[in-house]
Amino acid sequence: MNDTSQKVQALILTGFGINCEEEYAAAYRLAGAEATIVHLNQVLHGHVSIHDYDILNFPGGFSFGDDLGSGVVLANKLRYRKNAEGRTLLDDIKEFVANGKFVMGICNGFQVLVKLGLLPNLSGNVTPEVTLTHNASGRYEDRWVRLKVNPKSNSPFLKGLDTMEVPVRHGEGRLIISGTDTLAHIEEQALNCLSYTDFDGSPTDVYPHNPNGADLNCAGLTDTTGQVFGLMPHPEAFLSLYNHPDWARRKRLNPGLSEEGDGLRLFRNIVEHVQSQRQTAVSPQEASQFSS
Amino acid sequence: MDRQLRANGNDWLIKVFSDNAGAVRINPESLFVWKVETHNSPSAIDPYGGAITGILGNNRDPLATGIGGARLLFNTNVLCFGNPEFNGTLLSNQLHPRRIFEGVRKGIEDGGNKSGVPTVNGAIVFDDRYAGKPLVYCGTGAVMPMQLAGLDSWEKKIDAQDRIIMAGGRVGKDGIHGATFSSIELDETSPATAVQIGSPITQKLAMDFLVLATRRGLIKCSTDNGAGGLSSSIGELATISGGAVVELEKVPLKYPGLRPWEIFVSESQERFSLAVEPAKMDELLSLGREMEVELTDIGYFTADGYLDVRFDGDSVARLNMEFLHNGVPRKVLEAEWSKPQAAEPTLPATSDYTDVLTRLLGSLNICSRESVIRQYDHEVKGRTIIKPLMGATGQAPQDAAVVRFNFESWEGVAVSNGILPRFGDLDAYHMSAGAFDEAVRQIVAVGGKLPNLSYGDGNFWSVNDNFCVPDSVYDATTNPDGKLKLAKLVRMCEALRDATAAYCIPLTSGKDSMKNDFKADGVKISVPPTVLYSMTAKIEDVRHTITSDFKQADDVIYLLGETYDELGGSEFYQLFGELGANVPEVRFDKAKELYTLMGQANDQHLIQSCHDLSDGGLAVALAEATFGHGYGATVDLPEGLPVHVQLFSESHSRFVATVAPEDVVAFEQHFGTRATRLGVVTLDSHLTVRHAGSPLLRPARPCCATSGPTAR
Repeated sequence: MNDTSQKVQALILTGFGINCEEEYAAAYRLAGAEATIVHLNQVLHGHVSIHDYDILNFPGGFSFGDDLGSGVVLANKLRYRKNAEGRTLLDDIKEFVANGKFVMGICNGFQVLVKLGLLPNLSGNVTPEVTLTHNASGRYEDRWVRLKVNPKSNSPFLKGLDTMEVPVRHGEGRLIISGTDTLAHIEEQALNCLSYTDFDGSPTDVYPHNPNGADLNCAGLTDTTGQVFGLMPHPEAFLSLYNHPDWARRKRLNPGLSEEGDGLRLFRNIVEHVQSQRQTAVSPQEASQFSS
Repeated sequence: MDRQLRANGNDWLIKVFSDNAGAVRINPESLFVWKVETHNSPSAIDPYGGAITGILGNNRDPLATGIGGARLLFNTNVLCFGNPEFNGTLLSNQLHPRRIFEGVRKGIEDGGNKSGVPTVNGAIVFDDRYAGKPLVYCGTGAVMPMQLAGLDSWEKKIDAQDRIIMAGGRVGKDGIHGATFSSIELDETSPATAVQIGSPITQKLAMDFLVLATRRGLIKCSTDNGAGGLSSSIGELATISGGAVVELEKVPLKYPGLRPWEIFVSESQERFSLAVEPAKMDELLSLGREMEVELTDIGYFTADGYLDVRFDGDSVARLNMEFLHNGVPRKVLEAEWSKPQAAEPTLPATSDYTDVLTRLLGSLNICSRESVIRQYDHEVKGRTIIKPLMGATGQAPQDAAVVRFNFESWEGVAVSNGILPRFGDLDAYHMSAGAFDEAVRQIVAVGGKLPNLSYGDGNFWSVNDNFCVPDSVYDATTNPDGKLKLAKLVRMCEALRDATAAYCIPLTSGKDSMKNDFKADGVKISVPPTVLYSMTAKIEDVRHTITSDFKQADDVIYLLGETYDELGGSEFYQLFGELGANVPEVRFDKAKELYTLMGQANDQHLIQSCHDLSDGGLAVALAEATFGHGYGATVDLPEGLPVHVQLFSESHSRFVATVAPEDVVAFEQHFGTRATRLGVVTLDSHLTVRHAGSPLLRPARPCCATSGPTAR
């Protein structure tokens, strides 16, 4: 099959308490990609290879109940569980990223990527450098927040995006960055790609606009390549205008308002990026075919 | 009801009171399956465990309806507690109402959030009489394909020789006698070990497995292990084939040392019993291994008419199926109704209605539920269209919730709950009728249409009724007013009959809890007779639903429906410590006519916002509608009833609706005398109510008045 004609392939993991896989898959389908939902064990046992896909996705939920801390058990499974060939899934993920492919985690998925050390991965050694812990409010909360995209971020997930409204639904979303060096490196390289803002669009540490008290008012991180991206809020929960709590008034004000939600733009971004990458990757090959 | 619906081309009633949950048809491809149950006694002695088990247990009902494997769409819950600010002396073994409240809330948080099921709607009712036994109602809606691997999904079929598979968690001593203890009054000695502790993750694994296995045609039918454990689940399934052999030594245990009868009746959670064709066993077991769900073959179905229970070859029980299911003689009880002595009070003369409204907005039964609501995930799965709180501020309380079924179509379902125990002190008939109407009007408020209005409109409605009453069996010494209590139950049922017939809305499932009393130190606390009607209705296009908050300045505000001098049992009287006498009555014919008009008006998109009138009446509804964006309103009350009646009467079947200026003529023509023009939405964030030209009511900033005791 010609690579460019095939749809962008998103792999979405599920099982063991993950519970946002359906809307995650819907997001990719609405953005024009093909989404495959697969049980974690099929990947861990080597029945499904992540290398057959372009984007690897860790959805939200409560993996393994999160009783030892959000994302901890799943991160350890990825790091330590070996398949029949003696490889861990982390080995595969490193290779996957080195091949120029993309990894995304939302909420619990973001927690997994942070506990694993794939985010922010300043050292390149995939060891945990920051952590996510209990909200400053001490409680789980479901509420809508406003995000601002760091204009200096190099991540293709966020290209062309400026602000976004999305719901947060978590109890452990407070990003803690210990050490001024780590903090400085994250800021210098603009890895703090999303911040919580107030109604005026300025980053804020004021509750409830910043719902969890995160350092740098940070809602999401990327690694230095921009290929690995994670965030606490749920863009996959805002695929349609009608997910927004204020949809009815906004539609009254502007009957021609788009029926798409902010979250969908993020998925369109990455799908389009993978498509354009393929075209540039394939073109020289086609050229050589013509010349022979 | 079914006959009436079918005669009009509406054949969407598929399963009624005959399985774990009722089922109605959404469209030719899918069924809506839903069930609401109570979990009261366990929540009284272990609030967290009781509530989480209530949620997870109720989730298993739609999951294990028909062949099984429905996808869960939403949870809803209604909670009745004692006053959380109670500062008196507790009875022996009685938990403080706040401890019960917090434990139950946490149980619902974990039960719903960790299962990935959004909690979209609910209610909290406070009354001192729930301080002994709280009421914890849990409801779950789900969607199931009409066909699973080529078979009708809602049918349960089992043949002799099919294997009995237990799937999910293991069996321990937890929950032994759970069902029997729930059916007696609680006292100092009630055992906490009778409460099962749910594990949402174990159940999530089993649920994911069930969804896949049923779609692959590996399961013939499934049922839930709830009350009574294996004894009840296999006892019920065995009626289909006509018998079963159970080999208890094969049942996997959490720890050794259980006696055979304990294994059989234990209510350890997260378990399903499945009927599986022998030829499908290998494939089923290998899927279980892949998904890390424990499956155990514990026997087989027969057709010899006996439930045959064995342990290591020895007979534990051998019961005739006919005796097992029909052997209990029917009870005959006595009921005697007498109308309570009640009179309308004389209230102190007041004209400070601003103060009254402020106090109402801060009262326990009206104040904001935001602190509770925010701790429940109400939008996982990305399909919730009307959430419990809406508007730019996220603070406008809504009526029914609306959830779409999938991402491919705009079809959805509206969900509401009606519960009005206060009115039962005056007349249980009107309490029951009012609760039913409250649930109906909440759905009508968001744009739902009554069923069966035209031929083949396909507009399903489905109701679960849940009666929770105190011990109503007369006994001269221990329960001298038993006959009156039973009469209240009879009157509640009569009202239910009248309401379903009037609106042509069918009941599809339900549950009763008959001994809601707590007895200790020689004192008995009994719940008031309570009924909850949980209602769902199909929404053709969720994009055309309506939220409660005001949308734009200069929109015209109307009252739809009629106000009567019906302050009996109202929150207004409660402020003065009075009950009154004039209980609100439902006038079914007039209500149905109004609801039909509203459906037509919505087809023409004439309504911009709509909020039902309930606790606190018109004044509270107006204030709540301003919370969404910070708009205000200027309202002039018409001549007629005294102003306090107009403001605070809780007459049923009424709404506050707003209309765009350009639609006013069409709107008024359509509703005629059923609509009363009240005023306009204003840009300043003030609510002003006037009468005969002079201001009656002008709270400083209505938004701030919501911080009552539960909004911390």
